[in-house]
Amino acid sequence: MTSALIGATTDVARPASPEGRRPRRARRTTPRNTLTPGAGLGLGVAMIWFSLLVLIPLSAVIAAAGSGGWSRYLSVLRNDQTWAAVQLTVGQSLLVTLVNIVIGTVIAWVLVRDQFWGKRLLDVIIDVPFALPTIVAGLVLLSLYGPNSPLGVHWAFTENAVALALAFVTLPFVVRTVQPVLEELEADVEEAAASLGASRATIVRRIILPSLAPAIAAGAALSFARAISEYGSLVLLSGNRPFETEVVSVRVLTFIENGNTESAAALASVMLFVALVVIVALDLVQRRVARRG
Amino acid sequence: MKKTIKAAVAASVTGVLALAGCSTASGGGSGETISVNAFSVMEAANVPVFEDFQGSDDGDGVEFQTSYGASGDQSRAVVSGADADVVHYSLETDVTRLVGEGLVAEDWKDTATNGIATSSVVVFVVRKGNPEGIETWDDIVEPGVDIITPNPGSSGSARWNILAAWAHIAGNGGSEEDARAFVTKLLNNTIALPGSAREATTAFTDGSGDVLLSYENEAILAKQNDAEIDYVVPPDTLLIENPAAVTVDASDSAQAFLAFMTSPEAQADYAQSGFRPVVEGVEIEDVEGANDPADPFPTVEQLWTIDETFNGWAEAADKYFGDGEEGNPLGIITELQQTTGQVGEE
Repeated sequence: MTSALIGATTDVARPASPEGRRPRRARRTTPRNTLTPGAGLGLGVAMIWFSLLVLIPLSAVIAAAGSGGWSRYLSVLRNDQTWAAVQLTVGQSLLVTLVNIVIGTVIAWVLVRDQFWGKRLLDVIIDVPFALPTIVAGLVLLSLYGPNSPLGVHWAFTENAVALALAFVTLPFVVRTVQPVLEELEADVEEAAASLGASRATIVRRIILPSLAPAIAAGAALSFARAISEYGSLVLLSGNRPFETEVVSVRVLTFIENGNTESAAALASVMLFVALVVIVALDLVQRRVARRG
Repeated sequence: MKKTIKAAVAASVTGVLALAGCSTASGGGSGETISVNAFSVMEAANVPVFEDFQGSDDGDGVEFQTSYGASGDQSRAVVSGADADVVHYSLETDVTRLVGEGLVAEDWKDTATNGIATSSVVVFVVRKGNPEGIETWDDIVEPGVDIITPNPGSSGSARWNILAAWAHIAGNGGSEEDARAFVTKLLNNTIALPGSAREATTAFTDGSGDVLLSYENEAILAKQNDAEIDYVVPPDTLLIENPAAVTVDASDSAQAFLAFMTSPEAQADYAQSGFRPVVEGVEIEDVEGANDPADPFPTVEQLWTIDETFNGWAEAADKYFGDGEEGNPLGIITELQQTTGQVGEE
């Protein structure tokens, strides 16, 4: 076994488990540590970078929220206005994520499998909602769906506006995760299935969907997480009316404006938890679908 | 590969935008640098003031490092260690936050203008020609008038507008019950509460609403930018006072600049951007965008002030806008927002 620096410490730790206990099932057939020196360095860099950018700030948020104790969480969530904002945000985010799962997969399919004029252009434009500063996105949406809408759609300052803005900024996620997987998918398997008499629907259900499921789930998780935290594109379009179109990020900002960082952190960590639950749920669904293949 | 290039382009565009946010207005080059940390509207208004200061004896060779953004965000950034010699905010509470942290001296208000550098008044922005005939506070709470005002929860400066409505009743001898009823009517007529004053202006000029509660300087600026709007100064309204101060370790030049901000010369520059002078004896040239450029700042019949009508921001901030979370009182306006929101939902 080639053991790197990091490996050495875990190797020492191993004999510590006393013998005589119920024999562990031999779950691990590979050696415990396969890190080469190069890989060890890579892991080290990854962990330092990840800690600096994610783990430490995240712990700080949770620590700030925790300093108020459970009663702080209760009082934040018991506030009717905040609760309405949580319901609106999570509800609209789930809705938009479902829409993205369907539409995003369809767009990815069209981009990969079909040939049509302007395909390359569309492929590039998909990323625009991503690159556009969100406040600009809000402005564009307001002029398109506001009172002077050239399309005759007056959605500004309604719940629809929230869904619209979220759908706009999260569009690329599912498309971009599904696209490369679909490109790699061999047509041979589908042809073989077809030659054995499988209908088109069976092929989609048994072959295509299971292979796409992990990518769809990853894209859906990204788009949900982005949706519940969105602020910039919403503030102009939604109108931020309490109980009607006010989202969680506006509530958080209100707490901060009042110098109430504990409540802001408590609400933020609640949303983190919601995101975690949805991401885990998506992963479970994804595993089920993939296994059916 | 193609993706990497696209990502790189997106990243570099974002980088350029981020860099554009912080800029240095360069002067002579040899002297020192003053960091000015101020609220967004000041970005354009400060340019001529910087130039005039650099042309004065005190400001010879001085350079300015500027940072602009939402007043509360700016103040919190300074608490977190952002560099600032002169701070200029929309609300007094944003300066008192710095006093609490020991970053600004306790006696910052001991100046000829009580620490105030710029001022304006709350006005009604209406559609061109004022089709709804809106002149007074009572006109805007009529049924069917759609109001836009920035969100007093998330935007500190939006609090001026709501307090102006409150002062219309309380200042004229009305009871707290009357004032609550009036603000409730106003909130019921409100169709949108955008995040900041500028966003509210954008939503209004885009075609939403019949009346926008805003500041005189914001209305003048919008008209200077050819927005299709008019504005009405109501017979009684609230004086908006924007405080400025130096931080405790500011240089002599920074202190000189703070003093210069309230000089007649600088106040004349600010007037061109729509701010009412805070000192006497300012020679104001025609202000483009004002209702009457020759008389840009008509005297308001009854001008309420935060100190006289509301006993100062220290008291008003909690009494009207507290969020009601543990340890904080539930502010009257916060409470009214909650009740009107729930009623509106049904």
